[in-house]
Amino acid sequence: MDIVELSRLQFALTALYHFLFVPLTLGLSILLGIMETVYVMTGKQIWKQMVQFWGVLFGINFAMGVATGITMEFQFGTNWAYYSHYVGDVFGAPLAIEGLMAFFLEATFVGMFFFAWDRLSRVQHLIATWLLALGTNLSALWILIANGWMQFPVGAKFNADTMRMETTDFMAVLFNPVAQAKFVHTVSAGYVCGSVFVLAISAIYLLRGKYRQFAVRSMTVAASFGLASALSVVVLGDESGYTAGQNQKMKIAAIEAMWQTEPAPASFTLFGLPNLAEHKTEYAIEIPWVLGLIATRSADTPVPGIEQLVGEAQQRIASGIVAYKTLLAVRKDPKNAALRSDLDAHVADLGYALLLKKIRPDIENATPEQISAAAASTIPDVPVLFWSFRFMVAIGFWFIAMFAAAFWFSAKRQLDRYRWFLWLSVLTLPLPWIAIELGWIVAEYGRQPWAVVGVLPTALGVSSTDAGNVVFSLIGFVTFYSALLVADLYLLVKYIRLGPNAALGAPEDAS
Amino acid sequence: MSEYEILRLIWWALLGILLIGFAIMDGFDLGTAALLPFVARNDSERRVVVNTVGPVWEGNQVWFILGGGAIFAAWPALYAASFSGFYLAMFLVLLTLILRPAGFKFRSKIENPAWRTFWDYALFAGGVVPALVFGVAFGNLFEGVPFGFDSDLRFHSQITLLSLLNPFALLCGLVSLSMIVLQGATWLNLKATGHVQKRAATAMLTATLIFVWLFVIAGIWVVQFDGYKILGVMAHDGPSNPLLKFVVPARHGWLANYLAHPLLWLTLVAACGGAVMTAMLRRHPGLAFLCSSLVPAGTIATAGAALFPFLLPSSTVPGSSLTVWDASSSKLTLSIMLGAVVIFLPIVLAYTAWVYRVMRGRVFAEDIAKTKNAY
Repeated sequence: MDIVELSRLQFALTALYHFLFVPLTLGLSILLGIMETVYVMTGKQIWKQMVQFWGVLFGINFAMGVATGITMEFQFGTNWAYYSHYVGDVFGAPLAIEGLMAFFLEATFVGMFFFAWDRLSRVQHLIATWLLALGTNLSALWILIANGWMQFPVGAKFNADTMRMETTDFMAVLFNPVAQAKFVHTVSAGYVCGSVFVLAISAIYLLRGKYRQFAVRSMTVAASFGLASALSVVVLGDESGYTAGQNQKMKIAAIEAMWQTEPAPASFTLFGLPNLAEHKTEYAIEIPWVLGLIATRSADTPVPGIEQLVGEAQQRIASGIVAYKTLLAVRKDPKNAALRSDLDAHVADLGYALLLKKIRPDIENATPEQISAAAASTIPDVPVLFWSFRFMVAIGFWFIAMFAAAFWFSAKRQLDRYRWFLWLSVLTLPLPWIAIELGWIVAEYGRQPWAVVGVLPTALGVSSTDAGNVVFSLIGFVTFYSALLVADLYLLVKYIRLGPNAALGAPEDAS
Repeated sequence: MSEYEILRLIWWALLGILLIGFAIMDGFDLGTAALLPFVARNDSERRVVVNTVGPVWEGNQVWFILGGGAIFAAWPALYAASFSGFYLAMFLVLLTLILRPAGFKFRSKIENPAWRTFWDYALFAGGVVPALVFGVAFGNLFEGVPFGFDSDLRFHSQITLLSLLNPFALLCGLVSLSMIVLQGATWLNLKATGHVQKRAATAMLTATLIFVWLFVIAGIWVVQFDGYKILGVMAHDGPSNPLLKFVVPARHGWLANYLAHPLLWLTLVAACGGAVMTAMLRRHPGLAFLCSSLVPAGTIATAGAALFPFLLPSSTVPGSSLTVWDASSSKLTLSIMLGAVVIFLPIVLAYTAWVYRVMRGRVFAEDIAKTKNAY
């Protein structure tokens, strides 16, 4: 493997690993806030016990989220130095504001949550818990503003004097529609994750006939919050699909394995086997109209297919080569205004020309065949996207069904009546993590070959460090992370088995 | 002065302030962890040490994260060059810092001595290694680092882990470590009880002696170096492109700012005087902590003032050196980020102060044994 693949592998593994912990933090922090609010309003001790027990599990998970987040903040610099130089002017700001506005809040009040039960009044502690939840969610907002910009780079322009993208409109970066849609979708997914966690572990207790009061109350909170979140994650996932349809047509086409542009409104392929060699999808089962409606919100706008998009990429590469040649001329003659206005005319396509760098360093001399090859490289990995997306969506619908049932049983006070339902709740436990990781694969792997869509190819973003260094760090991260995961799961299982009484130091028969 | 020049100067100062904030706040809990094997002799004492920082270390660590984010946003070229150039050193820091959250949270969750000893050493490594490496990195700045840029402004370097670990840089690493240990000892003197507190008071004396001694040697040594200077006039509000200037080595170059502005010698006074005052005031723990916080402030200010306007000097292609005038973000980004700092930093400081007020008082072993959430 070369340095690009090694760096991508390291980033993918550390990011996917980080996101094993983040969604549970997002969801549990809000659930803790809800439970503690009930405690403060009713004064019933069992609700305090719920906050403290779920808080123990939250704390173990939170530590892992923080630990793995440290890597993320610095990995852009260590492994993606040219990326950091090229887009740091835009991309760095949301990361820094995240620290300043969100992570400080979250990290300061998590200490209060655990250590200040006896030092604060009930209401003060409740405020600390909600500030913790607020910080956690704001943190996700800023990270997704940064990530949203990589998917849809608005509010920035290339500067030939500094050889990088620079912010021109910060408000556009802030209110990037892709970032907003991603934020709502991602935090909803986190809420679902937290709700499933509480639902499944409470179901285990009910199946064993233990801690009934505790488990039923926990499940009731998880059921209603989970149902709202599961609905929102699917509906706002659709919003995410809509914006991707506007800005990332190639990703949508790849998710659909839609090789040719269909007449509007396009149909949605429920199932099929993408055939890469012949550019067709075999055994396809299609639902008419659905894709066209999701992606364009209209019945008469066509959704472009992969082949059409490759053709458009080819034109943009040709225009980008003009931009690149002009850029070289501007470097030799920086004061020439005519050259600069020529550059301005084509600079939006500069990123497309940079796709050629992987094929030849002197991209201004590219042959038509090389341009075609570069255009073809804009197709992401169709089968992986096709299947990841379908599994994610299927799991999403399963959550709605699951939480609707839980909500129904909780309303009828029958949560502990049907063992099959409790078993289904337990079996659902791993699904949020699977769906969430698949979602990131669709979002990020589906963005390839771009680091920043249309602006900077991933392959160019890497550091010029020795590949051996990256092998070394990759092995180090995998070893450390695996060991930490074992310790983390061991502790979670230990405290879940101890149950809410023993884990909080009370005698076993307290409730 | 143009607006862009002023913004760059402000952000150079903010870079220093954020690093100082990190060294003071995260410094005391790194130092506390570094002292763990020396000031505590049994599990109960070790829990006292760990729990003095238990409620606050997570917030403190954000100074480190924020430092990284702010360098990324305001000095992207520095962020890219330093972290990729110092790749393995940074990797070591990250690995040991990753162990810290798990160390704090996991250590006391199981009552097995081997488990607890393992996490105690993890915390120890997480305190010592970052403190040492940051000092080593600063030492290398004074010597210049072998790097350059190509015409696309892609960073290329010939740095290896061994080239970073040269005698002068290691000395700076020890300066940094003794500074952090002093900070940790002063914190334990303020917050701990019993034998731990007494041993911490002794550690304050030792750390002060070592710090002042090493700081003076490093100072004398650095004056012997060839520093660097910018040749000719350089626009202070030009584009952030490090290839547009000429830089040459200059005999005693790192002394130039101090000779031109004698008031700068106060930074050295703050560093050494702060350390001596800390040791003398060890029976007044609160005042001692204020004085020990002067030490990182003075030390970082000393380094920054000597290097100015250089941020990352290149030894192989001096013209490629990163300076305050050609490594920053655009004017717009610098002003937006300044706005964010002006709004949010006071809020952060306010609730941080509130938290320390709530958690005030010493940590007693008996209380820890009774508290279920204690580390």
